Amino acid sequence: MPYAVETRDLTRIFAGKKKRRIRRKRATGEGEDHLGPVTALDQVSIQIRDGELFGMLGPNGAGKTTLIKILATLLLPTSGQAFVAGHDVAKDPFPIRQRINMVSGGETSGYGLLTARENVWMFSQFYGVPSKVSKGRIDELMHTFGLWDKRDAKVRMLSTGQRQKMNMIRGFVTDPDILFLDEPTLGLDVNAARVIRDYITNWVRSQKSKTVLLTTHYMAEADQMCDRIAIIDNGKILACDTPENLKRMIRTETTFRLEVDTIRDIASFSSMEGVKNFSHTDDISKNRTHLTFILEDEGPVAEILSTITSQGKKVHSLQKSEPTLEDVFISMVGRGFE
Amino acid sequence: MNTFWRTFKVAAWLGWEMDSNWTEPWLFMVYSVVKPVAGAFILVLMYTVFAFIGNRPDPAAFSYMYVGNSFFIFVGSVLFGTFQVIQSDREWYQTIRYVYISPISYYVYIVGRAVSKVGVAAFAVAITLAFGVAFLGVQIHLTVDAVPLFAASMLLGLAVLLAIGICLGGISFLTAKHTHGLAEGIPGLFYVFCGVLFPLSILPSWGQAIGKAIPLTYWFDITRRLLAPTLGVDSTLAGYSDLTIMALLVVSSVAFFGLSLLIFKTGEYFARKAGKIDMTTSY
Repeated sequence: MPYAVETRDLTRIFAGKKKRRIRRKRATGEGEDHLGPVTALDQVSIQIRDGELFGMLGPNGAGKTTLIKILATLLLPTSGQAFVAGHDVAKDPFPIRQRINMVSGGETSGYGLLTARENVWMFSQFYGVPSKVSKGRIDELMHTFGLWDKRDAKVRMLSTGQRQKMNMIRGFVTDPDILFLDEPTLGLDVNAARVIRDYITNWVRSQKSKTVLLTTHYMAEADQMCDRIAIIDNGKILACDTPENLKRMIRTETTFRLEVDTIRDIASFSSMEGVKNFSHTDDISKNRTHLTFILEDEGPVAEILSTITSQGKKVHSLQKSEPTLEDVFISMVGRGFE
Repeated sequence: MNTFWRTFKVAAWLGWEMDSNWTEPWLFMVYSVVKPVAGAFILVLMYTVFAFIGNRPDPAAFSYMYVGNSFFIFVGSVLFGTFQVIQSDREWYQTIRYVYISPISYYVYIVGRAVSKVGVAAFAVAITLAFGVAFLGVQIHLTVDAVPLFAASMLLGLAVLLAIGICLGGISFLTAKHTHGLAEGIPGLFYVFCGVLFPLSILPSWGQAIGKAIPLTYWFDITRRLLAPTLGVDSTLAGYSDLTIMALLVVSSVAFFGLSLLIFKTGEYFARKAGKIDMTTSY
C-alpha cells in the first residue's frame, strides 16, 4: 500500500542569480555578483502514512516550505522523486491536486473585492464541491474559526489574522485527503492559534483517512500535535521519529538553562569538557542572556558558573530541565532556532 | 461536471466580479457608458486635427478611423485581460499558488477570467458605435444578410485575440511585474500595423508585410467591410474576397491557439522548474 507522502532522495537546488551593478561595471569592467546556487533540499527521504499528522520541524530557511511546494505540485524537484497519494509529483500532478490542499500561514492572500464567504466558496468550486455542501461547510468552519461575524465582509476589509483564518477555512472546505500546512499559526494570537491547532488535531484523529503534513518552527506546536516529527536543517533531515523518541535520544544527557546578565564572551563554553552543545539568546530589553547547555553529566556546571561570574556577570537563575525538541535540535546542530 | 466547464464557469464568475464589483451597480453602469463616449471625443479631436492639417474634411476617413478604433477596444481589453491574470493573481492577490494547485485547467481558467473583459469591451464597442452613428455622422450599414458572417468574424477575431493574450500569459509565467509593458506595447504594434487608424496602404511595403502577417489586420478589414461597406478607403486588402479573409482568420485562429498552448505549457513548465509560479517581485 502506498504512503500518503513519500520522497526518495529528494533534492532541490535553486539556481544562483546574477546581480548586475551597471555603474560599477561601466567604471571598472567588473560588477557581476554571483549569488551561488542554494541547496534547499538535500536528498530528503521521508514516508508519511495515511492518517498521520506528520510534523516538519526546523528553523527558517531549513527547506520546509520548499518541500511543501514540491509535494503540492507547485515546484519541480531538481533530482529524486516525490509521491503523493501514490502519484509522482513531477509526472502526474492532476490526480494529486484532486486529493490535496495547502495553507500557508502568515500570508494574506485573497481577492479583495469578494467577501470572505465568496472567496472560500470560489475555491471549493474549483474542486467540484457541490455548492450547497460547500456553503454548509463554510458556515460551520466560519463559526469554528471565529470568522462568522465577518463572513460577508470584503476580504480587503479583513485584518491579517482574519485573512489567515479565511485561508485556513479554504484549506478545509474541500475536505482534502492530504493537507499541507506551512506554518499555519504563524503570526496568529494565542487563542486563534490554539483553536486552529485543536481543529487540525481533531480533524485528523476523527477521520482515519486524513493526513496532514505540518511544517512549523514552534517546538511546542510540533510536540503537542504531531504523531511523528522530522527535524530538518539546511535541507537535510537530521532525525525522524515520534516526539517522545526524539526526546529520549538525549535523555542520557542533561539540560541546564541559565539566565544571566548579558554576556559576550561565550566562546569558551564550547571547548569545555563535558559540554556537548549549547545555545544562547539575548534579551536586550532586560539586559539578560539565556543559555541552554546540553551536558554529558552535571560535572561542567561548576566551571560554567565560574566562567560567568569571573566576567563579573550575575546568574539570575539556573534550572535543570527535561529535554524538549529544541534541546534535541541543539544537540544535533549546535544552535537553537533563533 | 467536466473539469474544463467547471473551471471556465468559476473563472468567468470571478472575472466578472472583479470587473464589476468595485463600485455600486449604478455607478458601474454610468462608468461603462461614459468611458467609451469620452474615448469617442478623443477620436473626434484626432480627426479634427488631421482634417485641419490636411485642409479637407473626409467623412469616409473619419468613419474608417472611428470604426477601427471602436473595435480596437477589444484588443486592449482582451490582451490585457488575459495577460494580467497571472500577474495580478501572483503579485496583488497572491492567490496563484492556490488556484494553480487546484484540480482545474489553468489555461481554461485564464480564458474564463478574460471572458468578462470581452463582455465589458463588447458593451463599450456598442456604445461607441451607437454614439458615433447618432451624433458624429459615422456611416454604418450592416445588412441582415451580413449578420451571420459578421458574427462569425467576431468570434474568430476574439478567438485570435484570446490566443495571442494567452501566449503573452505563458511568457508572463517567467517574467516579473514590470513586463506589463509587453501588454501595452503589443497592442501598440497592432494599432500601427493592423489598419486601425489608417489604411495599410499608407505604410511602406515592409510595414504592409508586417500588417498582412498579423491576423487582426484581416479581422479589422472584414469588420469594416461588413459594417460600413461604402467607405471606399483603399486598405490594400481589396483583392481578398470575404471568404478568403474568413478562411485566413480560421487558419490563424487555429494556428494561434496551437501556438498559445505550446507557449503556455512551455512557460508553465519552466516556471514550475525555476520556482517562479508564485514568485512575488514587489517591484
